[in-house]
Amino acid sequence: MAQDLLDVTFAALADPTRRAILARLAYGEATVTELAEPFAMSQPAISKHLKVLERAGLVARGRDAQRRPCRLVGEPLKDATEWLGDYRRFWDGSFLRLDLVLDEELQHPERRDETD
Amino acid sequence: MGRTLSVVRSGDLEIVMTRSFDAPRALVFDAWTKPELARRWFGPHGCEVVECEIDLRVGGRWRYRLRHGGGVEMLLQGVYQEIRRPERLVSLETNEDCDASEGQALGTVTLAEDAGVTTLTQVVRYSSSRIRDAVLESGMERGVGEGFDKLAEIVAVPAGV
Repeated sequence: MAQDLLDVTFAALADPTRRAILARLAYGEATVTELAEPFAMSQPAISKHLKVLERAGLVARGRDAQRRPCRLVGEPLKDATEWLGDYRRFWDGSFLRLDLVLDEELQHPERRDETD
Repeated sequence: MGRTLSVVRSGDLEIVMTRSFDAPRALVFDAWTKPELARRWFGPHGCEVVECEIDLRVGGRWRYRLRHGGGVEMLLQGVYQEIRRPERLVSLETNEDCDASEGQALGTVTLAEDAGVTTLTQVVRYSSSRIRDAVLESGMERGVGEGFDKLAEIVAVPAGV
């Protein structure tokens, strides 16, 4: 998956209200009114969050002109978790940081004696 | 600059990973097994270790919970089978979401030191070649990529944090 799409997905997930909306939609479709209920928020405020989620491809709106029910689209989330789980990237990134930790520890041997 | 990481398939069931470090192996072993060190490096860039539990005894459990800036979390955990500081560490990785045998993988870490450079080799043995290949191709967490039934949990990071 392209990095810019991942950035959009992660940016969309960075907000607790939007994560709560996705969590609600994981149980089934809902209208804006239904989504607004548990939040101390106006419908326009919820609609704003939904637009961000729609742009990130995480939510799709139904065609029914009256209700326009929202539903969860799983693919970008799956890509995001796969990005996190990519085996080589995981260890490569970890080990670059481990190099730094080892370096720091070698420069402060007195601290290591205390923990041994 | 870091040294090169090698990740290769071995036989039908294993992934073998090799990497060298400019440090004595006792220190590399400690960095791998002491939570105060491990939590400083474990996980890809952009991830935060929100939980790191290491009970370094045979039968003891290790557990990492990682969180990406976007709120997506992943859980990695296992039970130690063999501990020989500073050269060898064997643990059985487990996955709560899978059937016991399917979700398990046996990981063996060996550390060899030569002229101040430590070479780490990790061999992970999976229960089937299908799982091994899936781990290598898509995600190291075996729950990932197996459908969307976990979505609710993945996105349900408590609101208001």
